[in-house]
Amino acid sequence: MLNKITKQQVHHVAKLANIPIDDSEAEKLATGFRETLETITDLQSVDVSGVEPTHQVTGMENILREDKVDDSRTFTQEQALANAKQTHQGFFVVPRLIKK
Amino acid sequence: MSESCKYHLVCGMEVHAELKTNSKMFCGCKNDPFGAEKPNSHTCPVCLGMPGALPVANKKAIEWTIKLGLALNCKINLFSKFDRKNYFYPDLPKAYQISQYDIPFCYEGVIETSHGPIRITRIHLEEDTGKLLHKEIKGEDVSLIDYNRSSVPLIEIVTEPDIKSPEQAEEYGRALRDIIRYLDIGNCDMEQGGMRLEANISLQENGKEGLPNYKTEVKNINSFKFAKQAIEFEMERQEEILEEGNIPKQETRGWDAKKSVTFSQRTKEDAEDYRYFPDPDLPPIRFTTEQIEKIRKDIPKLPHVLVKEWKENYGVEERYSSILFNSPSEAKWLEELFVLSKKEGLKANKLVGAMVNKNVKYNFTDKVESVINEFKKLNKTDDVSDDDLIKIIDNVIKANADTVARYKAGEKQLINFFFGQTMKALGKKVDGGLLRKLLTQQLDK
Repeated sequence: MLNKITKQQVHHVAKLANIPIDDSEAEKLATGFRETLETITDLQSVDVSGVEPTHQVTGMENILREDKVDDSRTFTQEQALANAKQTHQGFFVVPRLIKK
Repeated sequence: MSESCKYHLVCGMEVHAELKTNSKMFCGCKNDPFGAEKPNSHTCPVCLGMPGALPVANKKAIEWTIKLGLALNCKINLFSKFDRKNYFYPDLPKAYQISQYDIPFCYEGVIETSHGPIRITRIHLEEDTGKLLHKEIKGEDVSLIDYNRSSVPLIEIVTEPDIKSPEQAEEYGRALRDIIRYLDIGNCDMEQGGMRLEANISLQENGKEGLPNYKTEVKNINSFKFAKQAIEFEMERQEEILEEGNIPKQETRGWDAKKSVTFSQRTKEDAEDYRYFPDPDLPPIRFTTEQIEKIRKDIPKLPHVLVKEWKENYGVEERYSSILFNSPSEAKWLEELFVLSKKEGLKANKLVGAMVNKNVKYNFTDKVESVINEFKKLNKTDDVSDDDLIKIIDNVIKANADTVARYKAGEKQLINFFFGQTMKALGKKVDGGLLRKLLTQQLDK
């Protein structure tokens, strides 16, 4: 069922991950994706009709916190911005996201 | 849209509201993005999406979500979990939003409006995003980001496409806001983005069953009036397209409040592909029926229920009772007031009328007895104005010139004679203190 991964699909996935790729890379990746998916398709042959869906493997449940402010972990503005490429008056700065 | 239109509205809404917990959804940072003294001052490794940081869910936010669900007659999923909604956009630095995908906390509820019931599909809990500002700085087009709002608890309430008119959409939004405020779980400040509205809008030909084969989604509506206007605008726009024999595009549109129009933002070609999966950082949540029932017991009677009960039990009209209170404690105070007024044989509706018209001044911190006394006092002089009273007093003075002379000569106790005469002439009950004051004033002239 997954015998064909198109270049277009590769470009779509790359765009979602915000990774720029060119056409020749997309071609190579399409082959790679195909092989990976074929391996994973093997899993489809396992009968899981009697198995409950597993959301987690730790077996833990209800790990919650009380609604209390914990200042001890809060950054100062300077700390928060310390690794930013560009800042302006306490804000992180990125290239404009919405067209004018 | 014209009255004779051959189409009818099919509309569902998605409403986001921030919860007013003390701390954020998945970390202990202060939840106060609007009160913050400066940008990026309420952040930590978790809400800045730093590698290795471990989110832990806020118990109160979960309980409040369930509380709202129960107030909206929802069923509750005893087993639930959080999922990652993956997308690459700087409003969330993790490249995903923690949300709920296939198992929301609440589902299948209903809310009543004067235009009919609206079914609630689901209520889920997620985290809010950072706030973006788009600016030009030193000739460069940039976006500024403040993560103080990042990971503030946010609930999303989704309805079935049961909304039949723009007016009903507006009423639904207001009703939802009132309930969230009444439950004391959110401020729903529309101007600050504490509550945001989205409407899925399409038109179906009259007589046709089922849902239309397209819909447009209008996002980022920040007032109930705008929601109504946006739906009205879309109905007209879509009707024109349908009348030309075309199908409106499946797309996301924005609302331009200045021009009162919707505009295209995103078409289906670049539709979302969020690749949801269970968040491995957050273990699932399991409630017992007893825990849910405990939350249910905590829910106060909602305003529309109280208004109906007060009408039945005390004859209080809705036009008064619906505007008198904003919180469960105020409602409790009113209930006490009505019980006492009934005991005293007073008409509760007359009392609240006087309260609404500010003839009886009151405070929710007052003892209800003192409000009742105020009302009684007011009632005594209810029908007679000071001027009318003075006229009658003057007539009594004129008719009793001899007695007036004796009074003026020093027989001050004769005031009681004039008091009795005036009361007799008046034939009504008035405030004794006021009458005595006016009598003295007229006699001493």
